[in-house]
Amino acid sequence: MTAAGSADDFTIEPLGESVLLLRFGDSIDAALNARVLAAADTLRRVELPGLLDLVPAYATLALHYDTAFWVGRNGDTAWQHLAGALRAVFAGPLRADVGDVRLVEIPVCYGGDFGPDLAEVARHSGIDPEQVIARHAAAGYHVAMLGFAPGFAYLLGLDTALQVPRRADPRTRVPRGSVAIGGMQTGIYPADLPGGWQLIGRTPLTLFDAARESPCLLAPGDRVRLRAIDAAEFDALAQERSP
Amino acid sequence: MSIRVLKPGMLTTLQDRGRSGLAAFGIGRAGPMDDVAFRLANALVGNSDDAAALEISVIGPRLHFGADAIIALAGAEFDAHIGTQAVTGWRRQHIAAGDVLDCGRVRQGARAYLAVAGGFEAEIVLGSRSSDVNAGLGPLHGRPLRDGDALMIERMRASERGAAGAAAGAWQRVGGTQAPERAWALDPRPWFDPDLDHAIHLIRGQHFDALDGRSREALFGAEFKVAPDSNRVGFRLDGPRLALDAPLELISEAVAFGTLQLPPGGRPIALLAEHPTTGGYPRIGQVAAIDLPRLAQRKPGDSVRFREIDLDKAQSRYLRRERELAQMIEAITKRLDA
Repeated sequence: MTAAGSADDFTIEPLGESVLLLRFGDSIDAALNARVLAAADTLRRVELPGLLDLVPAYATLALHYDTAFWVGRNGDTAWQHLAGALRAVFAGPLRADVGDVRLVEIPVCYGGDFGPDLAEVARHSGIDPEQVIARHAAAGYHVAMLGFAPGFAYLLGLDTALQVPRRADPRTRVPRGSVAIGGMQTGIYPADLPGGWQLIGRTPLTLFDAARESPCLLAPGDRVRLRAIDAAEFDALAQERSP
Repeated sequence: MSIRVLKPGMLTTLQDRGRSGLAAFGIGRAGPMDDVAFRLANALVGNSDDAAALEISVIGPRLHFGADAIIALAGAEFDAHIGTQAVTGWRRQHIAAGDVLDCGRVRQGARAYLAVAGGFEAEIVLGSRSSDVNAGLGPLHGRPLRDGDALMIERMRASERGAAGAAAGAWQRVGGTQAPERAWALDPRPWFDPDLDHAIHLIRGQHFDALDGRSREALFGAEFKVAPDSNRVGFRLDGPRLALDAPLELISEAVAFGTLQLPPGGRPIALLAEHPTTGGYPRIGQVAAIDLPRLAQRKPGDSVRFREIDLDKAQSRYLRRERELAQMIEAITKRLDA
């Protein structure tokens, strides 16, 4: 167990009648995100009742709650009642259990048809495509949050040299498995989806499958290593996985 | 015994109350667009509110019933028929084996729920029978019904559920042709409001103050129209283009059913049942929960005006509405048991 910072410096923003947003900051930052994930851990551990869903993001933790359960007393509204309970839960230091952080390795075939924007990323970064691949695969990542679509993981840890703006003209269909960069974010498309990020490679792994026991390959807080593979290994791995 | 889909209608999907507990994995709720009409349709046939019903939109399906069943249609008013006999909404009705239910076209509103005593059988995917069309998730991989689909009624499971005991009883009493018709119908007025002149209550969003002065006025003063490229994910609203005083640098965080987002083009989007779990656009408003069913009953081309409400008032009115709805469902259940 490791202290992950103090929790008393968050604000509470209602998002409608049945969601509260705990805001720890407003930037993409690993230390900030660690506090968000620690807060989510804490709420799961104390089993605060009347919560329906938790949505950790880069800098906020959203709580979908049962409004009827949290009906206020003494003239408080439901959201004020829950906000009070949350302040009590987080009165102490935040702790995150770092004992069981998973490490997931994801093979990625960079460039070619799988990474049509690799040249653009290289041009923008002022380095050659081989260096883009080497730097992207060398960084250590962790999953900050999932969102946008089932199983879409936003990874923290992108080499700052590789930050490139999104495409001016988003694609209507990005193939599933595509590994992409959007600003200071990097991620992997779990399904064929529209998207504006720059595509630099593709993984043969299935990131989301509703029929699988663990539908999502990645969960918030997971550590991720990317391993550069060639087309032959991609095909072999893809075939292994096809039914 | 099955129900055969002769014509699927415009967008007919299986829905229960939605998928929860998985938002941290980017898996959204889906579920009915008009949760109130959905719950009442199920109550009218004696189902608990987690039974699956069909959400039908604008042009309804034609369904062939292979056996006797008890059905109810609640929500938008459709020109529905069994043969030449009109099917009125908000009441339970017997349909005989071999009959065809033609749900017809919508007359008022946009969506209705067809519930059947016992509930529609549907694959439970990630804890729910709801179809998430956009994510391709749920029974039938989230897709809407199509010609030739066969639906089953989930009688056994329903009879096991306490709250659905009434359904099983009613079912047995139906037994064959001398079904006891229950002539009473619900008054839809408190639960269904198709009047387009009625404003939709909107709570100021976190980024409302970032709108420029003209846009702040327009949001609560101007008329918007539901755009043609709207769906179960959200309604895009045509009208005055809204703008921020200065661009905001935002990062992705949670959004909710009813969140009004403002993408760079200036055309707001009201997020609905299939909204993604997170978003990165400014949140300029939040549709009050009491008015989500009312908004969900609008269709492309329909007018939308917003009226401001503060959060505390919206929340207390929502809680009151939920209490009234629970009382109504209890009253229906008692009447079915009587």
